[in-house]
Amino acid sequence: MEHDHYDDGYIRAILASVRTFAMVGASPNPVRPSYFVMKYLLAKGYDVIPINPGQAGAEILGRRCYARLADAPAPVDVVDIFRNSEAALGVTRDAIALKDKLGLKAIWMQLTVRNDEAARLAEAAGLTVVMNRCPKIEFGRLSGEIGWSGVNSGVVSSRRPLMADKGVQNRKLASTQPKPENP
Amino acid sequence: MTEKRSFGFNTLAIHAGARPDPATGARVTPIYQTTSYVFESAEHAAGLFALDTFGNIYSRIGNPTQAVLEERLAALEGGTAALAVASGHAAQMLAFHLLLEPGDEFIAARQLYGGSVNQFNHAFKRFGWSVVWADAEKPESFRAAVTPKTKAIFIESMANPGGLVVDIPAVAAVAREAGVPLIVDNTLATPYLIRPKEHGADIVLHSLTKFLGGHGNSIGGAIVDCGTFDWMGGGRYPMISAPNPSYGGLSFAETFGAFGFAIAARALSLRDLGPAIAPMNAFLILTGIETLPLRMARHCENALAVASWLERRPEVAWVNYSGLESHSNHALQTRLSPKGAGAVFTFGLKGGYEAGVRFVSKLELFSHLANIGDVRSLVIHPASTTHRQLTPEQRTSAGAGDDVVRLSIGLEDADDLIADLAQALA
Repeated sequence: MEHDHYDDGYIRAILASVRTFAMVGASPNPVRPSYFVMKYLLAKGYDVIPINPGQAGAEILGRRCYARLADAPAPVDVVDIFRNSEAALGVTRDAIALKDKLGLKAIWMQLTVRNDEAARLAEAAGLTVVMNRCPKIEFGRLSGEIGWSGVNSGVVSSRRPLMADKGVQNRKLASTQPKPENP
Repeated sequence: MTEKRSFGFNTLAIHAGARPDPATGARVTPIYQTTSYVFESAEHAAGLFALDTFGNIYSRIGNPTQAVLEERLAALEGGTAALAVASGHAAQMLAFHLLLEPGDEFIAARQLYGGSVNQFNHAFKRFGWSVVWADAEKPESFRAAVTPKTKAIFIESMANPGGLVVDIPAVAAVAREAGVPLIVDNTLATPYLIRPKEHGADIVLHSLTKFLGGHGNSIGGAIVDCGTFDWMGGGRYPMISAPNPSYGGLSFAETFGAFGFAIAARALSLRDLGPAIAPMNAFLILTGIETLPLRMARHCENALAVASWLERRPEVAWVNYSGLESHSNHALQTRLSPKGAGAVFTFGLKGGYEAGVRFVSKLELFSHLANIGDVRSLVIHPASTTHRQLTPEQRTSAGAGDDVVRLSIGLEDADDLIADLAQALA
């Protein structure tokens, strides 16, 4: 498929159906973008398995870190790549080889990360691909939370956003577009 | 509805940023008249302060009503994010606070709102920020003013009070060559007439007090981040790119990417300098924006009718409205602002100072006051009011000579406006 643009529905379907991310390039440094994203995904109820050879055996945000994707315990729904565009190809090849073992559904490359060859291989292996996007920004856009920071979400809707089950200033995503009550 | 197509300007003016309230279902954005927001836990508070968690802390930094206004402005300008503040002047102060260190320079068009000229010449000089003036009618004059200390270029898309449309693409080319951001004040045009990002602006500023709010009831300002400038390259903007000591070494440009400037404007400049917008004002401006496209079309239509009528009057020496075919700026206006020339312009009375005073005092329908961009038509004779303390020579060079009258044309019937002008000229 074409990766210059994604429909909101495409992104929402991925975020609403997955549960576990393996974050390749996770960092224990609390001001790194990868730390922000990992913390947010955990707060939204996803599980995140950090992958970073320099931190193997240690914990990041209370989650055990593994050296390689091959060491991560199944299941992993999404491999989130916090590496440069060139390195994304090797990570994607590793992920494809582990697809059945992990139960993998999607490859997600972070903002500024794009590798069209990796995307082609992953799609040929039956995986869904997102490139040059951040799952935190996408969740924040689709839930409306990112608008609290004055950010242009691009979402126009007269449907009421959904509040999360717990907490204040906490929203969740609709699992799919609501079905009409009287079809 | 498919989500791939993009929404039109009228739809965005009503809907962008404003979904129904999730707690109550209220369809109109509520006025969140509160200073503060409860934390769920110490951990939640820590996340909010560290900026890794979305949410409100204290209304000096952000407020849910204000946030809807911000997202709406960002959408209308085609930007990545926006910050709403207490006034247009506050927006300028915060934007330059992020960009300039003491000893730095910025280049500004000489053709600016007089209040901005004062702010740049006096208040900013006390911060060690030096303005270098250029001529908005000569884009090459900006190139000639660039020095190694230049950190930004500032222009108005439509200059107040003359309504001059500035060649934004030409000035943007100078900014790109110099490696500095182009800041465009878009107050007089509004994004209905001109979207400066499409012509090369990196940051768009507004006085929301004028046409965006549109009803003369609230002071407000805004900074829109176009998401176009590379803050990391060169390291010349450390407030935005360098590890920030007040956020544990976080780099705004790295962590927030295309909206790093807007987030830094809130988290550093607004947090520390403090000119927050009141939730009530944000609400009133937001309501005004919903009718912006309709109002701007009528403002422009009425202004052209009045300017065309004035041009034919024997008492009138000249009319400075770029919407007139006779105006030297008309070709640029039709290229950059094809939907109209705005509604603020000046004209000259043959009788000079005394004629100006007499004319203003005879008007019935026009309000004599120092604002623009209201549903009501407004008039001012700068020489006897705002520029009274200047010498005649200073007034003339500021475009406020003895014969100059400034009009801001409202939404009344054009015939009624013309009748009022006619009786005052007689």
